[in-house]
Amino acid sequence: MKKMLLVLLAIAVLFTGCVQPASAAAQKELRWGGDSEGGFPYMFPNPANPKELIGFEVDIVNEIASYLNMKPVYINNAWDNLIPGLTRHMYDIAIDGLEITPDHEQVVNFSIPYYRTFLQLAVRKDEKNIKTLEDCRGHKAGTLKESYSAEMLRQVGGVDIKTYIVEANTYEDLANGRVDAALFDFPIALYSAGFNPEIKFVGAPIGDLKYGIAMRKEDKQLQKDINGALVFLRDSGKLREIYDRWNLWTPTMAKEFNDYSPSKVEPTRYNDWAENHRPVLTFQKRLERYAAVMPQFGRAAIVTMQVSITAMIIAIALGLFLAITRVFASRLCASLATVYIETVRGTPVLIQLFFIFYGLPSIGIKFSPFWAGAIGLGLNYAAYEAEIYRSGLFAIPRTQWEAALALGMTRWQAMREVILPQAIRIVIPPITNDFISLLKDSSLVSIITMVDLTKTYGQISAAYYDYLGPGILVAVIYLLLGLPFVRFARYTEKRLAAMDKDSQHGHRENIYRSSTRYL
Amino acid sequence: MNAENKPLIIIKDLHKSFEDGEILKNISFTIREGDLASIIGPSGCGKSTFLRCINGIELMDSGSITIADVTLERAPGQVPDEKMLDTVHRMRAEVGMVFQSYNLFPHKTLLENVMLAPMVVKGKSRDEARELATKFIDKVGLSGFANRYPSTLSGGQSQRAAIARALAMNPRVMLYDEPTSALDPELVGEVLQVMKDLDAEGMTQIIVTHEMKFARDASDYIIFMDKGEIVEYEDGDILFEHPKNDRTKAFLRHFVNTNPEVAC
Repeated sequence: MKKMLLVLLAIAVLFTGCVQPASAAAQKELRWGGDSEGGFPYMFPNPANPKELIGFEVDIVNEIASYLNMKPVYINNAWDNLIPGLTRHMYDIAIDGLEITPDHEQVVNFSIPYYRTFLQLAVRKDEKNIKTLEDCRGHKAGTLKESYSAEMLRQVGGVDIKTYIVEANTYEDLANGRVDAALFDFPIALYSAGFNPEIKFVGAPIGDLKYGIAMRKEDKQLQKDINGALVFLRDSGKLREIYDRWNLWTPTMAKEFNDYSPSKVEPTRYNDWAENHRPVLTFQKRLERYAAVMPQFGRAAIVTMQVSITAMIIAIALGLFLAITRVFASRLCASLATVYIETVRGTPVLIQLFFIFYGLPSIGIKFSPFWAGAIGLGLNYAAYEAEIYRSGLFAIPRTQWEAALALGMTRWQAMREVILPQAIRIVIPPITNDFISLLKDSSLVSIITMVDLTKTYGQISAAYYDYLGPGILVAVIYLLLGLPFVRFARYTEKRLAAMDKDSQHGHRENIYRSSTRYL
Repeated sequence: MNAENKPLIIIKDLHKSFEDGEILKNISFTIREGDLASIIGPSGCGKSTFLRCINGIELMDSGSITIADVTLERAPGQVPDEKMLDTVHRMRAEVGMVFQSYNLFPHKTLLENVMLAPMVVKGKSRDEARELATKFIDKVGLSGFANRYPSTLSGGQSQRAAIARALAMNPRVMLYDEPTSALDPELVGEVLQVMKDLDAEGMTQIIVTHEMKFARDASDYIIFMDKGEIVEYEDGDILFEHPKNDRTKAFLRHFVNTNPEVAC
């Protein structure tokens, strides 16, 4: 067992070693946060080369960084958590279609708007009745969860609102007839359905949206620098160029920048996107695409394994400590351990992860996403492992204690030499089974910015509009990762069954009661 | 047998109660070095508990136990402290214990079972422990079985292994708690023979047993216990032929009736 732990530890260290970033370059870093999952056209993996992050905001950040002579470093975070991530110093600026609203401005500072847009209503090609937002009354309309557009629909009244987390799903449901209208920010609408022959855009621009770059309140100098860069990019025409290339130059923007000249740049980026998404791909093309994303899945699988193994090592060690405390320590310590176990088992692991990652920094305890995930899962699973160990300890007959003590061993020696080695054999199969379930639960770390298998699946699927193929791929990878442990659990179970014949003598009495009697 | 030998075990006023009543009432007796004493009596009379008190697996409620140079004393109501537990621990070092169900360690081979305590408790090196263990395994006649796991040994072999394991700690006294009760009848003899051999070598031994013939033939003393008390404490032949107490008489009569081969 000791050897096995060492091997696991070595593997974990090896894994963590190889993802450490190379030492920092001399250039100052511009650390920026965004969410690339379903993030088109803001930021998303290039369908032709999934390793590359593209998007009009990526272009803007690169231009800003180049103007400020800084090196852009991208940090992925869930869109809902972009602003909390800013305040916990994961990155220094956040950009991802963040609207400048009074609510947001209470928490963070914004740059001057870099893009101004509106909401676009979309309906099916054959739709005759819905031409304006008001026409949605009595119909089903889809939009983004907790967004400005959802609020607009609510104000109309009488609309059956369906909210979505992934934009692409809304337009799929619109085409399939599950909803009758879709209301989104214009860039999203354009990139989701602008090329879809079954969908048309109707009505005038709705509302007024201003995108700004978010920064922490105290970073006044950074705000000045960013604003300076944006003014330069606007006046030099570089911003306009980006918007032209992404087909995002609209009358609204012409008015905003007071630039009514015709476009000089072809919308190449938009055309590429539309090309990739318009017709249904041939089977051959799909396979090629899956092959192309395999390295990405491979890296994600390593991240998943690292987090899982590190978490399991923490769980096994802390679980043993908790179990021994609960069974043998003084009443006070034992009840503390019990409180820990019951609290951790009685609350959702998702909340524990959020608490560790976003809650603890406010009292000065800060972990990297990796360690927050590993520690969070480890602390959680320790409670379950403790109960497994406890049942293992109780499974050793009391007479084994008596034999060891009668030979002159101390309680600790008896524990170490006689009881634990037998108990560990008993608990290996259930602990291995727990590891398999931890491997699956590790998908939760994707919500605290780790790019693991689950997150990668989301990113790739959203980029390709394809949840089926990558879904099967990612399922197979999880299965393959867990398989060796399934086999190991079965093997140890068999060995245990053979050894169980040995302990046919002796009464299986509660060792807690009997061991306190020795005192 | 050797009346001039000095006392090795002195027990005075030993009391022990469990939740359901007093198990041992005011036990006092003395055993001399080299003696073999058998404790007999009806089931539930407290003889096993008595034996377990002698090596501290059960802590007596009050009384005093002296084994060689170690004396454990406890006044009625006294809470066990570190010092008392330390004394129990030192006392155990003088005492080897053999259980009815052998209690070998199933995850270790016979050799490892015998080697473990000398290494862990006495800090002997692996080589020293192996040498010592081999010696005692030979002594109980299990030379060919050193690398076998307990699950592969017969009951008689297991019990001899348990004796070797206890002997390896070099105890002054050996205690046996019904060592042959779990054995098939044809395996009882090999275990009793080991005890006879040890007696011949001068080992002090106390045996809780139902083997009346062995008790009578091999013991220097027989202690008859009933209802938590020592009723009689006599030389084997005298107790069997001229029991003084009515309870002893009743027990022996009952026993001889149900076990005619013991009759003399």
